[in-house]
Amino acid sequence: MEAGLVTPAPALVRFSGIQKTYDGEHLVVKNLDLDIRKGEFITLLGPSGSGKTTTLMMLAGFEVPTQGEIYLADRPIKNMPPHQRDIGMVFQNYALFPHLTIEENVAFPLSVRKINKAETQARVKAALRMIKMETLAQRRPGQLSGGQQQRVALARALVFNPQLVLMDEPLGALDKRLREQMQLEIKQLHETMGITVVYVTHDQSEALTMSDRIAVFNDGIVQQIDRPDALYEHPVNSFVANFVGESNVLAGTVETIEKDYCRVALAAGGSVMARAVNIAGAGASTSLSVRPERIAIIPDGASSDGPNRLPAKVQNTIYLGDHALAVLDVAGNAEFMVKLQPGAHDSLRHSSLRPGENVFITFRPEDCLALDPV
Amino acid sequence: MTATSLTGANALTEVPLKRRLRRAERTRQVKALALVLPLLVFLLFTFAGPIAGMLWRAIDDREVRQALPQTVAALASWDGKDLPDEKAYAALASDILAARASGTIAIAAKRLNYALNGFRTILTSTARNLKAVPEPGTARETLGKINPAWRERTTWTTIKDAGGPVTGFYLLAALDLTRNVDGAIVAAPPDQAIYRDVFGRTFLISLGVTVLCLLLGFPVAYLLATLPPGRSNLLMIFVLLPFWTSLLVRTCAWIVLLQSKGVVNDSLHWLGIIDEPLRLIYNRFGVCVAMTHVLLPFMILPLYSSMKAISPAYMRAAASLGAPPLTAFLRIYLPQTLPGIGAGGLLVFILALGYYITPALVGGAADQMISYFIALYTTETANWGLASALGAVLLLATILLALVYGKLVQGQQVTGGMKN
Repeated sequence: MEAGLVTPAPALVRFSGIQKTYDGEHLVVKNLDLDIRKGEFITLLGPSGSGKTTTLMMLAGFEVPTQGEIYLADRPIKNMPPHQRDIGMVFQNYALFPHLTIEENVAFPLSVRKINKAETQARVKAALRMIKMETLAQRRPGQLSGGQQQRVALARALVFNPQLVLMDEPLGALDKRLREQMQLEIKQLHETMGITVVYVTHDQSEALTMSDRIAVFNDGIVQQIDRPDALYEHPVNSFVANFVGESNVLAGTVETIEKDYCRVALAAGGSVMARAVNIAGAGASTSLSVRPERIAIIPDGASSDGPNRLPAKVQNTIYLGDHALAVLDVAGNAEFMVKLQPGAHDSLRHSSLRPGENVFITFRPEDCLALDPV
Repeated sequence: MTATSLTGANALTEVPLKRRLRRAERTRQVKALALVLPLLVFLLFTFAGPIAGMLWRAIDDREVRQALPQTVAALASWDGKDLPDEKAYAALASDILAARASGTIAIAAKRLNYALNGFRTILTSTARNLKAVPEPGTARETLGKINPAWRERTTWTTIKDAGGPVTGFYLLAALDLTRNVDGAIVAAPPDQAIYRDVFGRTFLISLGVTVLCLLLGFPVAYLLATLPPGRSNLLMIFVLLPFWTSLLVRTCAWIVLLQSKGVVNDSLHWLGIIDEPLRLIYNRFGVCVAMTHVLLPFMILPLYSSMKAISPAYMRAAASLGAPPLTAFLRIYLPQTLPGIGAGGLLVFILALGYYITPALVGGAADQMISYFIALYTTETANWGLASALGAVLLLATILLALVYGKLVQGQQVTGGMKN
């Protein structure tokens, strides 16, 4: 994996052979080995039920691993109660104490640590200044908006300088605009304070925006851990390719393999050259994955120079402001998406594509990944 | 504001808008009123009416005025310093004769006897021995001869005090107070001064039962609020089970359990823990046990509803912020249950204040609560005035408590229940 090439910072958290089952029949987390480096922003990304939240809860101490050990700064913490772990946590529904003011909420972790009054006051003030909410210190959580509440929750989780901050879908309850703004704020806090953040989300764009590394979970297994760009450009399997970003899938069979590339015969006829990423060998079935923005549409009859050229039928076009999507029928996939950049293909604006029109698509072999069959 | 700077034009359009809003709302309001009207009427007749009646009876005092109208009128101008004049004696003599004929003398005698022990004898003996209206000017002498009590100032002040039409006599009596011969408010004689004790006892038992209910109910409510739905529903049925049996049956069951040859004593004896049966019933212990059992659901349900609203995320958040379980409970969980504790406590306390059957059946003579005496005066001795006065004092105390509770809850919302 790519991550292995980077000189690793010392691991702050190490999951070692972690398994977790709730009912004694199904493993929610299957054999998790994961290192989290000091100072990094790592996101656990996956669909619901993939085991990402369970992993976070085991780290926080609210769930006990069925097998394996978790080390925090080289100390085993499997049997350490949550309040001794020194891990700050931000919850999806903020979990601000409703009977305390904002100031009292932020002071809570300091007061349970018996920190003297003067220092508590100074640190609470600094924390509230950090989130630009000094003026609302005497309010109750119920009097704040969702975004403000989440900021307070953030301040509360950071004010006691924990070794590690966990965030469990913290922006899930906010609207899109606010969510994007908070993503930047959290990212900024991470960079200025140098904290280690473990972030759980099912929103892949959020993961791509914020993370240093992303661990993609599915079915209790980490599918891939990598930098966001590597994850997007070099997914190791079909699940990652489809979950992170948009992807068009074409089913086919591997005919020949030449070094890093292979020729794939499509199930619906025709063949393309693709990068051989995750295939069993010649004769094996495979799923091809092509990103919508790596495809060009050329009019019927026009010539092209690449090896990959497939006939397509326009189904529909969708206008999205900064770009447009063409929905095509390509080799049996009736939801084949092609992203049209405004200005990029003047002759092929979305408005010029008529439903039912026959066109061709081309893409480079290096943009077409041959992955495990779906 | 911009609205005011736009001069009168805006104000002109605003009034019709408000009126239109009112008109639009009116239908809705009428519908809402129609929905609550049956209950409102019902409550007026069964609740507000009787309470107003009771409060009125506590100060209503017209029995003597009706039986001895001339006397009461004659005494109206009397200063009470000396014996009244001949006119009053003559009026009394004529009143007594008239009342004897109409049969109202016994009612007046009963009322006067409340205020002065032995008055019944004075009045009835006078009525018996007074043959005819005395010659003018001899009334004082005649009555004094029949019963020397007519020469006492106390006898006359008693009649004047009972002349009505309203009196503070019953209310004072309910607080162990009385008026002396000079009209000053003084402590009642020791043999009549029992109600302060009874009120004290009533409040003490109610408070004890409330605390017991809280201690026993809190863990159960917590369990109910945190168990998975299936098991929580089962537990809830057990909590509500007592409501399905009559209060009388449950109280009698406690008698069976707790009496000296009862299940508890027999078991303890059989286990060799005791030699003599313990006295578990017809005392304060039995009253508290039985009342706690009956009132427990009223504590558990409000507690449960307040706990159900507390998200488990709060305790997790507290733990992740470094609070050990006990700290998290005391500083995060408990304060959020305070509304439930307050509501449950107030409910149980107020219900306990009015408890009658349970203490009457399982309590001893020294454990009878105020409602026992209210029932005694209404059903046995027909002293409606005193029964109503006791009820009025109890009602007043309860309202005061509810107001104090309201203030406390409100204050908590404004200033915050906890300080760091």
